[in-house]
Amino acid sequence: MHDKTVTQLAAALKSGELSSRELTSHFLQRIEQADGTLNSFITVTAEQALDQAEAADNARAAGKAGKLTGIPFALKDIFCTQGVKTSCGSKMLDNFIAPYNATVVEKLNAAGTISLGKTNMDEFAMGSSNENSYFGAVKNPWDLTAVPGGSSGGSAAAVAAGLVPAAMGTDTGGSIRQPAAFCGITGLKPTYGRVSRYGIIAYASSLDQAGPMAKSAEDCAHLLNVIAGHDVRDSTSVARGVPDYTETLNAPLSGLKIGLPKEYFGDGLDADVEKAVREAVKVYESLGATVREVSLPHTHYAIPAYYVIAPAEASSNLSRYDGVRFGHRCDAPADLIDLYTRSRAEGFGDEVKRRILIGTHTLSEGFFDAYYTKAQKVRRLIRQDFLDAFEDVDVLMGPASPTPAFDLGAKKDPVSMYLQDIYTIAVNLAGIPGISVPAGFSNGRPVGLQILGTHFAEAQLLNVAHQFQQATDWHLQRPAFAEENA
Amino acid sequence: MALEESHVRRAAHLARLAVSDDQASGFVDDLSRILDMVDQLQSLDTDGIAPLAHPLDATQRLRADEVTETNQRDAFQRCAPAVENGLYLVPRVVE
Repeated sequence: MHDKTVTQLAAALKSGELSSRELTSHFLQRIEQADGTLNSFITVTAEQALDQAEAADNARAAGKAGKLTGIPFALKDIFCTQGVKTSCGSKMLDNFIAPYNATVVEKLNAAGTISLGKTNMDEFAMGSSNENSYFGAVKNPWDLTAVPGGSSGGSAAAVAAGLVPAAMGTDTGGSIRQPAAFCGITGLKPTYGRVSRYGIIAYASSLDQAGPMAKSAEDCAHLLNVIAGHDVRDSTSVARGVPDYTETLNAPLSGLKIGLPKEYFGDGLDADVEKAVREAVKVYESLGATVREVSLPHTHYAIPAYYVIAPAEASSNLSRYDGVRFGHRCDAPADLIDLYTRSRAEGFGDEVKRRILIGTHTLSEGFFDAYYTKAQKVRRLIRQDFLDAFEDVDVLMGPASPTPAFDLGAKKDPVSMYLQDIYTIAVNLAGIPGISVPAGFSNGRPVGLQILGTHFAEAQLLNVAHQFQQATDWHLQRPAFAEENA
Repeated sequence: MALEESHVRRAAHLARLAVSDDQASGFVDDLSRILDMVDQLQSLDTDGIAPLAHPLDATQRLRADEVTETNQRDAFQRCAPAVENGLYLVPRVVE
């Protein structure tokens, strides 16, 4: 059961071969059995899940089932879920029971899906390895000595290990695509504004976007159908119609114009990763696509620009954690300033503090123009690189990450960790969508092919990814861990 | 632009973040390396380029000035560390 895609499980539920209760119990049992090793969940909501499953089975019996009714999934612990701890991977919110649901959660509930719980993540989504979680590191099911990637590392590891059929993540600089690549699953970051951010704990508001992580592009299409759309409660969500993303999955790729950004194949790229990506591109050529080299000349300014813009926004967003209205409060504060400063010092981990300090510094008097205004100008140049490239080609392809998953504990220096996101971060600055699909292995660790499209090209990306998955079987490979813990 | 401990102290004060003396020197090292990386931006000529605040150039939408929220004070205060009679409690600020 745990080997099957959402699409296959939905068909089994529809035919009556399975009930949602059976399916939900099966996955809950797998979590119970295997997650002591992986640490991919922060909170498991077994009782609520079984109640939801029963309701889903009743809805089906009454002829009221939708396409995904009864399908279990998991939520990164950044989505507010009413009545359930929503920690964002932080001690600051270890005691926070969300009083409302994120729009994404409401939409998934309305579709009749079953949440099994909340997955582990880097604290406040700041990290690329999931090692910054207050709740401990997550292990990669392909190799328990490797990181699962981050910040949506728990979601990626849980899907790869078959603990849940699909999960929701968020992506501010690569946090869906990089862990999807490291764990050998498919992860889509939609266009900025495609999915409502309401109820998603804010990190960097002009970059954050939620998206699906699953075993196939087809599954991601089903899930995006549920969560995409305009929301009056998120003023940055876009009022634009949502197509049925499953309808165009089978469009032929003959004549597709693929661009390979030359900056994505330079120094620092692992040889095995490059080989896997180039072989994937050859598969596309055999499907009728044409390939040419393109240039995104400002690529190497993306990480510097991001590490001004994202911490600046974070320092503002995280000012709400003051120990007064919710979240951690220090013991016996001497006065109000002591209450603020000590609650925050105790509640936040080191990486979060670094980013708050960088953001506060770069926004402060005397530094604002040199850093923040400068970075916003560079952001325009980076977006223009992509818009120029999409004048000539339909999609861009390259690696999702310069290396496969690295070892737990390998990257102690923050800057060396930041440089891992070289191929994903510019995408958030430009606001365009991107998807990572499994494309091979390097020493037993998965390699992800990243496919990028212009704003609102999700249907095309899912089509292009799905056609690759019709022609290859990388996405069908499962880690031995998934079977050993069956 | 070299970072000094006074910059870290000022940022910590502005961010209301307690930083001990031991931690301060660690932050100076880490933040200096991050800002050295960020300083690559200064080599790029951006004269005449407008700053980009929103990737789709969207502007804030307006809505009718109507009450849409209901009073959920009790629900929201259930996750507060200290409340009394519907008020949030903090240490005394006015003697």
